[in-house]
Amino acid sequence: MTVAGSPSPSLATPESAHAPKRRFGGWQKVGLITLGLLALLSLTRAISGLDEITSSGTAGAALRLAVPIGLAALGGLWAERAGIVNIGLEGMLILGTWFGAYVGFEVGPWWGVLAGLAAGAVGGLLHAIATVTFGVDHVVSGVAINLLGAGVAQYLSQVFYGDGQIPGAGPTQSAVVSPLPDVSLPLLSSGPDLLRDLEDTGLFFLSDAAGILGGLTRDVSLLTLLAVLLVPFSFFVLWRTSFGLRLRSVGENPVAADSLGVAVYRMKYAAVVISGAMAGLGGASLIIGSIYREGQTAGRGFIGLAAVIFGNWRPGGLAAGAGLFGYADALQLRAGNAVRGLLLLVALLLVVVAIVQLVRRRLPMVVAALGIGIAFFLWYSVVDSVPTQLVGFTPHLVTLVVLAAASQRLRPPAADGQPYRRGQQS
Amino acid sequence: MTTTLEAPPGGAPERTARVANPLGRRVLLAVAAPLAAAVFALLVSSIALLASGNPPLEVYSKMLTDGTQLRSVLITINNAVPLYLAGVAVAIGFRMALFNIGVEGQYALAALLAASVGAAVNLPGALHIGLILLVAVAVGASWAGVAAVLKVTRGVSEVISTILLNVIAAGIAAYLLAEHLQERVEGSNNSATPPLPESARFPNLNGLLDGLGITAPQGTNLGGFVLVAIAVGVLYWVLVNRSLFGFEMKAVGINPFAARASGVHTKRTTVITLLLSGGVAGLVGLAQVLGTSYSYGLSFTAGLGFTGIGVALLGRNSPVGIAFAALLFAFLERSSSTLQFIDVPTEIYVIMQGSIVLSVVVAYEAVRRIAATQAERAVRHATEGSAA
Repeated sequence: MTVAGSPSPSLATPESAHAPKRRFGGWQKVGLITLGLLALLSLTRAISGLDEITSSGTAGAALRLAVPIGLAALGGLWAERAGIVNIGLEGMLILGTWFGAYVGFEVGPWWGVLAGLAAGAVGGLLHAIATVTFGVDHVVSGVAINLLGAGVAQYLSQVFYGDGQIPGAGPTQSAVVSPLPDVSLPLLSSGPDLLRDLEDTGLFFLSDAAGILGGLTRDVSLLTLLAVLLVPFSFFVLWRTSFGLRLRSVGENPVAADSLGVAVYRMKYAAVVISGAMAGLGGASLIIGSIYREGQTAGRGFIGLAAVIFGNWRPGGLAAGAGLFGYADALQLRAGNAVRGLLLLVALLLVVVAIVQLVRRRLPMVVAALGIGIAFFLWYSVVDSVPTQLVGFTPHLVTLVVLAAASQRLRPPAADGQPYRRGQQS
Repeated sequence: MTTTLEAPPGGAPERTARVANPLGRRVLLAVAAPLAAAVFALLVSSIALLASGNPPLEVYSKMLTDGTQLRSVLITINNAVPLYLAGVAVAIGFRMALFNIGVEGQYALAALLAASVGAAVNLPGALHIGLILLVAVAVGASWAGVAAVLKVTRGVSEVISTILLNVIAAGIAAYLLAEHLQERVEGSNNSATPPLPESARFPNLNGLLDGLGITAPQGTNLGGFVLVAIAVGVLYWVLVNRSLFGFEMKAVGINPFAARASGVHTKRTTVITLLLSGGVAGLVGLAQVLGTSYSYGLSFTAGLGFTGIGVALLGRNSPVGIAFAALLFAFLERSSSTLQFIDVPTEIYVIMQGSIVLSVVVAYEAVRRIAATQAERAVRHATEGSAA
């Protein structure tokens, strides 16, 4: 979907050069980066004194807010891995919220989850019919589905809630759906709650780590847990099963896949329906324990798509992207003034970048990183708060910057977004 | 979307060779798609209506009677103007297979800044309006320019960058309005830019209507901005059909490699196309700013950018087609607004719009394939015939 002017040749080189290194230290690298980020966050917290930056409350909220985005992103991943761009995620998310809320209120929250999932899957099926069977341009079909999804939800709300017969519901919102049970880690984040004690000590790094870990493991909704587990599950299915291999081969080179006996159309259909189901689940995650409200998805489907690209079309990467969006949202919602800390965090990050570039002896990059870093530090030191309107789009700006900086190294599925017709080599 | 080899979305029927295709069949094929789409869209809306316990025929006939009254017609035309401009903005991009999904953000920023500049200066009529138009076009074009630069220098897909830029534009607009550009009115919660002075208000065309022997009903008028929309439509037609640049756009859209090989600067074409698209997008909000609200505020109409994509698709990127599409969308919205009196949710029009767009794109693609197969067969037939 994104991308490079010249396709495969230029992309193949860095990919193959990096491959052995990645295999050698993949997990260590992830661990190291996580530790490094944690250290930077602690440092930011210590310098600025803004406790919300690493508090368990922020971490918990970040996780909750990341779930719908992450599920939409998983939806994007499934579709794009099979070569279908799914701009219609937003519409499928909306369908998930409406049907999830309706069934969730009438029958029960778990049924609501199922209904949301099914409604999203129907949206996906529609997208598959248009793009796979009829060969309609993927973006075009997605845009139409977004219009349709929003329209259906608005219309049904009028029909079912407009007369005010259901208490709490109205022409633009549903009644409250009861929440799903929460779970916590025994000992660590419930009962004696050791992580809470550690967080309260205020020790550098340790209390920060405890805060974040505690927030991520305390009172986690079962649906959130399910969403988190879907990330490794998607990885496993897509990269470790023959079904996944076939599905991805369809997104890379459908003609070759077809010649090897892969049922290309069926694979694409399966991928897009699963994609819609994931998005529908994401919609359901917004309304469980809450209500359906018109416009509540607020572009999360699009953000999910951005997270897919941010994550280089990989489950771990998109989870990180969704986490970033969730964290920025959480910080802004919980403590607007703590957002000032993000400026410091960016400054510190750029210092790290400058050091890395210094080791690699790329002087212009060092100067640029240091310059921007100092600018951010100055910004941090002069202002008391960052206007909330500007904070709202921080993750979007970060994604745009990441895309601008790294788009040459991103590797989308080779046949992503291209129409495919059996027997025609286009 | 990397290297788009397919035809521009909304498709170029020119691609399907017109060899030896009898006129009658061609006309039939051309009519088949919109007809099939209309039938399908009616079917979907009828199902939606039946599901909610309303008789479809009664609803449609009420929409038809209410929507064709003079008052409704004028309102329809007025509402079609921003939709038309949004549609043209999107279509300019479509011409070379570029998706400007950022019309939404481009027109929001443009309307806000144009309204602020317009309120801050004092110039004689035409100049004043000219300045506001200029600011709007410049702002819209620059915001689209960000996506253009990212695309040609860094290879970032405009689909994703314009989506992100929409959110960023909304944030910036909200910030500027709240912190710098709004005029605080005692006792009012609505934050908006200061109202435009008389000299910056676009005259309406009621005088013209009177000349035609039509009297606009009390409280309605024909907004003058429709003239700007017509001018943009004519310019768009010239650009597409009569200019070298329009040809280059189409060439790049259909096959960027071939276009580059034949000497078209693809990057420059991309940048200029997106700037033009953004420039037109900048005008979208002005019908409201100059014609009705005279300011930009929290309640400013949003969502026109996304509807504009549907309008462009329905209008098949043609200047006249987009006009019909915009009028149809505006008609559906207007004529459904009275449905609440017979207890039918007015939102039925959103379903109608959505299903029309979806069925139109599917129908055109299906017909294109049928035509292509027929043309292929005809060519094979002709060549075999001559060989024998």
